[in-house]
Amino acid sequence: MTRHLLSAADLSHDDAVLVLDTAAELAVLADRPIKKLPTLRGRTVVNLFYEDSTRTRISFEAAAKRLSADVINFSAKGSSVSKGESLKDTALTLEAMGADAVVIRHGESGAPHRLATADWISGSVINAGDGTHEHPTQALLDAYTIREHLCGGVGDLNGRSVVIVGDVLHSRVARSNVLLLDTLGAHVTLVSPPTLLPNGVHTWPCNVSYDLDACLSKADVVMMLRVQRERMAASYFPTEREYSRRYGLDEIRAQQLPDHAIVMHPGPMNRGMEIAASVADGPRSVVVEQVTNGVSVRMAVLYLLLGGNEPAIASGRGGANRD
Amino acid sequence: MTPTPDRVAPDRVVLDSAEIARAITRIAHEIVERTHGAPDLVLLGIPTRGVPLATRLAARIDEILGNAGTPVSVGSLDVTMYRDDLRMRPARPLLATSLPASGVDDKPVILVDDVLFSGRTIRSALDALRDIGRPRTVSLAVLVDRGHRELPIRADYVGKNIPTSRSESVRVSLAEYDGVDVVRLGDDAAEDVLGDDLGAAPDHVTDDSASPDAASATTDGSES
Repeated sequence: MTRHLLSAADLSHDDAVLVLDTAAELAVLADRPIKKLPTLRGRTVVNLFYEDSTRTRISFEAAAKRLSADVINFSAKGSSVSKGESLKDTALTLEAMGADAVVIRHGESGAPHRLATADWISGSVINAGDGTHEHPTQALLDAYTIREHLCGGVGDLNGRSVVIVGDVLHSRVARSNVLLLDTLGAHVTLVSPPTLLPNGVHTWPCNVSYDLDACLSKADVVMMLRVQRERMAASYFPTEREYSRRYGLDEIRAQQLPDHAIVMHPGPMNRGMEIAASVADGPRSVVVEQVTNGVSVRMAVLYLLLGGNEPAIASGRGGANRD
Repeated sequence: MTPTPDRVAPDRVVLDSAEIARAITRIAHEIVERTHGAPDLVLLGIPTRGVPLATRLAARIDEILGNAGTPVSVGSLDVTMYRDDLRMRPARPLLATSLPASGVDDKPVILVDDVLFSGRTIRSALDALRDIGRPRTVSLAVLVDRGHRELPIRADYVGKNIPTSRSESVRVSLAEYDGVDVVRLGDDAAEDVLGDDLGAAPDHVTDDSASPDAASATTDGSES
């Protein structure tokens, strides 16, 4: 009876709106003197991080702790993984310790899926970013942030225009966002050099453009992606300077945006590369809010997956045996 | 053809719209009397149907006290995350919590709900309140007390005591959600109950009779 959040595609429209609505109710907790709910008391959430991460791990940790779950942080560095332990053996160890949920970040696309379907563990699996595949909770917090700013904090994102700019090829954030934003009714345009678009992007529910300037004046949201130097084995563009000129969001480009438009970035930012510092710190930027909203959204996901005797979301996939 | 045996008695109206209005007026007077017209009174409705009841009570109290300038504070308090039966059912959608800007610290708080049954909702509300602040006093106003308490909890203000059997269901309809004010007593708790979409729920959860169909229906596909 386990249920998982592996992909933004696991969420139906109603599921996604339920997560956002739940997150909105949980967001008020941040203003209370006691930022804690007893809901997941006695449940164990393991943060299993094979890749470095600051905000995602801390965000999941804060979310689980605010729901009173016990949190075990497991990073590959300094663990048996550095001695060569396999994902399976690590998973069996976590199962033996009674993990109710495993939040996994892994460098290989599909690792969370393997963990969820291989029958190694009985708890829920939440994908916190796998390779260049997906990062569904990032997409949820982005959708939440957009909804707060442009949709009055209710309903879906019907008709909003979102431009996602940059290294789509290596970006799990872009993939999850395209899927989720489409589910929620937004129109997504990917803007990227042709070399940084994945094969098969034409099958995604979005438009593709190579010209950032042409897209800005109609955008409600511009989401800048990080140029992922660490994933780039080959040269995808001639120079960083040229990339920045053509696809970076500088102040002049930001002025082309409509007055209500917001600028997002999943972080960490390469200031001066894909986004100018003055834009990142400017009035349109909601980068810091994205981090705050991340905690509420992850609380919502943990609550909806673990808070009852069966999950309230993502019931369509991940666990077929239901009676 | 004889009627099918599983729907024998129709619902019985136990409070009609005029009686509900009178009950609210009477409770408002009792609150004013017992709190000596305290100006810092806070009414917290428990969603869903406790919230419109709290709003109506506050309006009545304002009328009685004639305090047009400083109306009684009203809020709502969702207790879902504090329930003791969360693990028996799928995770439920959260309902709105909104607290008066001035908070509840050192104020007389009155919790307002539609039906008092097992008392578990109220216990959850007391737990929730403890995380929000420290009221001077907490008391409880309900439209219907139907008995069958499972915890040492009682109401301070009661619209009507309605003796019931456990198998019966009390259905409160309020104009704000249902278009009409009426309280009905049905004889089959397992069927069509209270907007609860899961027949497997233990019956003590039904005292939150309130979850509206719209809210509970969002537990997508849970029994399909």
